[in-house]
Amino acid sequence: MNRVTLRKTLISCALLGAVLLLVIISMSLLGSERLPARTSLCALASLGTSACGLTQDQFDILFQIRLPRILLAAAVGGSLATAGAGYQALLRNPLAEPYLLGISNGAAVGTMISLVFFGAIEWTRPLLAFTGAFVATFAVYRLARGRAGATPERLILAGVIVTTFLSSVIVFVTTLMDATRIRSFTFWLLGDLSGASKTLLPVAITITIIGALVLTLHARSLNLLMLGERDAFDLGVEVGRVRMVVFLVASLLVGSSVAASGSVGYVGLVVPHLARLSLGSDNRISIPAAALGGALFVIVADTVARTIIAPRELPVGAITALIGAPLFIYLLKRV
Amino acid sequence: MNRLLEARDLTVSYDHRVAVADLTLSLNGGEITAIIGPNGAGKSTLLRSLNGQLPISSGVILLDGQPLERLNRRSISRQIAVVAQEAELRFPVTVLEFVLGGRFAWATHSGWGWETERDLEVANAVINETELSELSARLMNELSGGERQRALMARALATEAPILLLDEPTANLDLSHQATLLTLVRKRCDHHQSAALVVTHDINLASQFANNITLMKHGRAVHSGTPEEVLRPELLQEVFEVRVLVDAHPITGGPRVTPVISA
Repeated sequence: MNRVTLRKTLISCALLGAVLLLVIISMSLLGSERLPARTSLCALASLGTSACGLTQDQFDILFQIRLPRILLAAAVGGSLATAGAGYQALLRNPLAEPYLLGISNGAAVGTMISLVFFGAIEWTRPLLAFTGAFVATFAVYRLARGRAGATPERLILAGVIVTTFLSSVIVFVTTLMDATRIRSFTFWLLGDLSGASKTLLPVAITITIIGALVLTLHARSLNLLMLGERDAFDLGVEVGRVRMVVFLVASLLVGSSVAASGSVGYVGLVVPHLARLSLGSDNRISIPAAALGGALFVIVADTVARTIIAPRELPVGAITALIGAPLFIYLLKRV
Repeated sequence: MNRLLEARDLTVSYDHRVAVADLTLSLNGGEITAIIGPNGAGKSTLLRSLNGQLPISSGVILLDGQPLERLNRRSISRQIAVVAQEAELRFPVTVLEFVLGGRFAWATHSGWGWETERDLEVANAVINETELSELSARLMNELSGGERQRALMARALATEAPILLLDEPTANLDLSHQATLLTLVRKRCDHHQSAALVVTHDINLASQFANNITLMKHGRAVHSGTPEEVLRPELLQEVFEVRVLVDAHPITGGPRVTPVISA
């Protein structure tokens, strides 16, 4: 594997960015209602200022339903993959993943508390989701640190414990809800992108971009942390500060994506792994690549989820888990 | 004499236990100082506290005359390099990338940025020095134990730090690699006026390579001096609680220590 340079990073990211744009456009044409390609492209190119001959219904489907959903998928995928890459470097564990460590569940508990107690105040959702994710992150980190340091197995066990504990909290909160909402909740818990909210979508996108940038700007420190906290300290990394930054940023990323779409699992495992496999372990390239790749992955997975048994839909989390779980088993055998 | 690193009345305690007590030590340019003593004497704790990793309870550590706690992390790392037991690698990294890690403290930004031409030059030079040139594009986890230890050494040298702290650097190495590694340290001290502190269990290796030896027991420096002054049967017996024979090495003439196991 060649050494990673700025040039290589920029080229890879530009390529991924171009593919992402292409996928956003093409996937917005697919769905239970097929949109005419040429007129839709024209409308997209005008950024919604001109209908280009689309009917009002088609125009609304494109700009009110599909595009927001695809952009939310991009934000959720980018967030989860970036957070996964961050956790993996910091915890020195290729198996670390927000969903498997119970961090998504922490965010889910936060979101549910917000829905049950502050249902009308939308912005409390990402805020409480972030708080839940941060608390869960710390719980896992503390549980995983044994006398002999954090072994990969111990970390996963800590994740299982936090996950199951929070699952029972979720069940408890669910019983407080009325029966009509329980079904939509269960669906949301598995990862559901259909509820792209006008106010939360820009928040999710902004957090994704800022989070990916901040983690990328710590990539060189993370490269050393990947080799061990002691080594990193000896070589000049302010370990405590970097750890706190990663915990905060990753919790923010997980919180905002869970608040918007529930727990989409395995994105943080699959995408960073593919990024490292194709581009190397250097975080300066693998983190931004994971952010873009995560967006791509969830957009495609969600398109499959909403088209495969159209007009009915699958939760997108079911699709990502279908791909992610076998990969997890494969990775577990190699660690 | 050029005092690079100095510890005065150093006390370090953790887990409610005093691990290093009232220890005074100075590392001088051009000299290798060896720390020997029984398990649990506080040798590694001492080494970990000297670069600020473990907080000290009392006393002072002076780096180039300045108290360590006033310096920031990266400026300490530009002056003190550590070679410890290698951590288990869980991500694929090439030898060159690994060694370039030693250049982190020289970057203009603490988290971002790219290696400069000079970083590459330094890395390639130390890779040569540690005889790893042919392996520089290989992955670290494909190397043998001895080669990995040399890569660790190369990374420490790549920091260009004048002070080297080595924690049992030869523990997993065979005879020839032990000598190679300490020869590297010796050369650094001779040619660059570096100072090295070596924590080791190998008394004879210390006798051969060190200018000074400090005997540690229960966190205290019990005896310090040249190998001839320190490696005396009565002192070693006091520290290790085992009978030893000390004679002259037939080739170097330095003290040679052999434990005497009586049936």
